[in-house]
Amino acid sequence: MLAKRIIPCLDVRNGKVVKGVNFEGIRDVGDPVECAEEYNRQGADEIVFYDITASFEGRGVFLDVVRETAKRVFVPLTVGGGIKTVDDIRETLRAGADKVSVNSQAVKNPQLIKDGADIFGSQCICVGIDAKKIGEKKWTVYINGGRVDMGLDLIDWVHTIERLGAGEICLNSIDADGTKNGFDIEMLKAVCDNCSIPVIASGGAGKIGDFAEVFEKTGATAALAASLFHFRELTVQEVKAYCRDRGVVVR
Amino acid sequence: MIAIVDYGAGNIFSVKNALDHLGFESRLVSDKESIRSADAVILPGVGAFPAAMEMLQRSGLADTVKEEARKKPFLGICLGMQLIFDKGYEFQECDGLGLIDGSVRKIEEPGLIIPHMGWNKLEKLNDCPLLENVGDDEYVYFVHSYKAHCDDDNIAAYCQYGGRVPALVYDGKYVYGAQFHPEKSGETGLKILKSFGGLI
Repeated sequence: MLAKRIIPCLDVRNGKVVKGVNFEGIRDVGDPVECAEEYNRQGADEIVFYDITASFEGRGVFLDVVRETAKRVFVPLTVGGGIKTVDDIRETLRAGADKVSVNSQAVKNPQLIKDGADIFGSQCICVGIDAKKIGEKKWTVYINGGRVDMGLDLIDWVHTIERLGAGEICLNSIDADGTKNGFDIEMLKAVCDNCSIPVIASGGAGKIGDFAEVFEKTGATAALAASLFHFRELTVQEVKAYCRDRGVVVR
Repeated sequence: MIAIVDYGAGNIFSVKNALDHLGFESRLVSDKESIRSADAVILPGVGAFPAAMEMLQRSGLADTVKEEARKKPFLGICLGMQLIFDKGYEFQECDGLGLIDGSVRKIEEPGLIIPHMGWNKLEKLNDCPLLENVGDDEYVYFVHSYKAHCDDDNIAAYCQYGGRVPALVYDGKYVYGAQFHPEKSGETGLKILKSFGGLI
């Protein structure tokens, strides 16, 4: 049976790991390659690197991090941030990423999803979504790190990206992100019930029970967290042991 | 030397990275002679069946790969595993390499999330040298939307996803095919690649 995945995410700026709280107030800690190795030892099912570097030089350093990690960690590596073109996707995959995560650029240019899926295969195109609640069972999609509301209905967007050939969705709740009050169950459920590709839950994990809850109450096939793992509040092993006790299938 | 066939498909560096890590000499190759002189051959690949077959045929490597796979250890990974069957039905009917009898078709099951993406448990069916060091409770990483249909005799291990999905196939001689990615399957995957390298 397919196991639910636990995915630590590392935000990287200029080759160093950082973590934003509600996308602001960043603290700089750690070497991303070593962090990835540690997560691998803990049993992470996948590792996500998110590049928040704005400069061209920083991009090169970031791809070096991806390249080095791919030599030392033998679990899937997803890389997001700053991917704007098919050439960016190619360069990122050639650096050793197994999947790319596109977010703002996919909203601005949905054709990128289709082109990427046609050339490299759906399996390596993950679409990241930042969404916020605007009313009863209504959410809209934001871009640029959760700063700009595109007025785009979340469920409509989910249907669009699935049709364009995305292989996976990473759904981040702006309302839940950084709160540590648990995943946004209502929003995740709405999305999982409206698509047939895998959905990664992101944003809001604060305690061990949150992971089991998201798997029990929604169709999410994976759960992602950053600071919780990064600041050693929980290890991947602990989360998996707890999920297993609750009857959730994990590796 | 293990030849990793580079025909323009997928993230082939991860296979090389894993072999380097294990201490096996390997090379990314795209010419017939390197495949002929290699001690073993790995055919990686992600993407679509017809596009991959076309690339293999256009480069003239399809026939060489077929010939060499009957003489020395050969491992197809993911799409590379699917290509070893007679036929694929991704978008259109398309001839494969025909190294093992069978076909490749879309995984179809109402309500099932596609692609089959993530870690799934290997269930052993027949003896296979690549599984000698793999226990009964080990998971490997899959990403695919199509699956093989073949004789049970050729299935070394399967996993459950809307029914049986052939995970590791073996012709009993030299040809192996892994639907999962051993190079991305942590310690279990490395053990499988180590056993493959050990066949040389």
